[in-house]
Amino acid sequence: MENIPETVLSSDLNIQIIRNDFPILSQKAYNKPLIYFDNAATSQKPQVVIDALINYYSGYNANIHRGVHFLSQKASQAFDDVRVKVQKFVNAKSEREIIFTRGTTESINLVASSYGRKNISEGDEIIISAMEHHSNIVPWQMLCEEKKAVLKVIPMNDNGELFLDEFEKLLSPKTKFISLVHISNSLGTINPVKEIIKIVRKYSLSLGEGRGVVPIPIMVDGAQSAVHIPIDVQDLDCDFFGFSGHKMFGPTGVGCLYGKLNLLEAMPPYQGGGEMISSVSFEKTTYNEVPFKFEAGTPNIADVIALGNAFDYIQSLERRKIFEYEHELMQYATDELKKIDGIKLIGTAKEKASIVSFIIEGVNALDAGMYLDTLGIAVRTGHHCTEPVMTCFNISGTIRASFLFYNTKEEIDVMIEGVKQAIKLLR
Amino acid sequence: MNSITAIEKEITEEFELFDEWSEKYQYIIELGQKLPVLAEKYKIEENKIKGCQSSVWLNSYEKDGRIFFEADSDSTFVKGEIALLIRVLSGQKPEYIVKTDLKFIDEIGLRQHIAVTRANGLANMIKQMKLYALGFQNQEHK
Repeated sequence: MENIPETVLSSDLNIQIIRNDFPILSQKAYNKPLIYFDNAATSQKPQVVIDALINYYSGYNANIHRGVHFLSQKASQAFDDVRVKVQKFVNAKSEREIIFTRGTTESINLVASSYGRKNISEGDEIIISAMEHHSNIVPWQMLCEEKKAVLKVIPMNDNGELFLDEFEKLLSPKTKFISLVHISNSLGTINPVKEIIKIVRKYSLSLGEGRGVVPIPIMVDGAQSAVHIPIDVQDLDCDFFGFSGHKMFGPTGVGCLYGKLNLLEAMPPYQGGGEMISSVSFEKTTYNEVPFKFEAGTPNIADVIALGNAFDYIQSLERRKIFEYEHELMQYATDELKKIDGIKLIGTAKEKASIVSFIIEGVNALDAGMYLDTLGIAVRTGHHCTEPVMTCFNISGTIRASFLFYNTKEEIDVMIEGVKQAIKLLR
Repeated sequence: MNSITAIEKEITEEFELFDEWSEKYQYIIELGQKLPVLAEKYKIEENKIKGCQSSVWLNSYEKDGRIFFEADSDSTFVKGEIALLIRVLSGQKPEYIVKTDLKFIDEIGLRQHIAVTRANGLANMIKQMKLYALGFQNQEHK
């Protein structure tokens, strides 16, 4: 999309200028303008993030925290600054509540493995929802298997919305952990996690929290939400929040885990190795056990630093306008798809992020996805690592288009035309 | 019956007519749409090769020392790929099926699209075809 007419500029956003920040978007796929609608899998990277990686490796690559030389100081400072940026990004009370991980998956595994192994015992119950990504199912299943605990699942309706009354029925004195996805990657549903957490807190109080009853810890899987909506862990009152850098303009291989300090301090280390506690006080001599006891080995320095630039980039945008524009794209794609005979939308919740999942009657999703690929359109097909969701809708997979603010309505028009052609060819 | 190499050469030449991935895609879809239907009785669990995004049902049998394949899939594109594989391998002697490395897949520029596939189960299908041929070959040598 070389020339974006004024009509696509929503809420004063100049999409063309924004697109120029992302060098990959101007390339061609099979001699056609690349249309990237696979943002829920990974976002593209702005030049400032790419530059940060190059600058780090060409300018101040060094191991951090224990090096007393120029480069290490510079690298340590840059690395430590990012922890503060994350703290501000999710509004944590302290930077010590931020742990760098490889991504959401590792964040969840860390909690399941460290908190879970210590605190879950036979007969205990862990609650997740019917729309979890495999990453928020399997670690808990593994834990349940090991501890002979029980996994409970909050059901959802045909629109892809959780039944909150059913959820309340699942709560019991045996409930020892809850882990929920914030935004479903295959349905786009924005779950009312704040409301759910309130229900849980109220329930704990009714059991006599403070009189020896431990509040039920709640983890939020923010893999899809961190890029779309402002995150405030204090306002949510969640105990853990995990998200991935690469889905929010950062590099692959880096993500974050927020955890309430008292919980993190009581948790055993996740992995051993490296010197987790520094005896050399360098620029920060007040380091405590947390978060370093969870960051064994040399951290992913370059990617963490570049992730910092991704935070800066997001913060430089007007997030409310961005959200509105992305919502507009989702609504536009939804409306246009509905006009096509034989399209069924999967995931029609009232509160939705810019993810559109659909199936075409009589057309295999993989075939349609590959056809769109021949037009230079990147969508995702399959079960999106949420097989139970597909089972719930009695389908084997969907075609998923997921949008970010650098996408345009004109690109959606090309996809809609592609879908119509695919039907002609394949049905 | 032409040799595997000769049929591969034919296919490679056919694909040389296409410049674009879209043309190759459409041709493979056409082949898929023309693939003879696999009898329902063969679409059973034992014959199913599960891929991440599509499934293949493969039936194999031997006649006069040669191996024959017939197959189906829920994806038309995969059916088109099956049609190519059947054209190359079905009716060949087991020892040739076992040792062929199916160079045509690379030559027609399909490797990258098949590599998606964990996805389409095709890699597993090739493995299964070779295993069947190997099993038959071993039986013969006993």
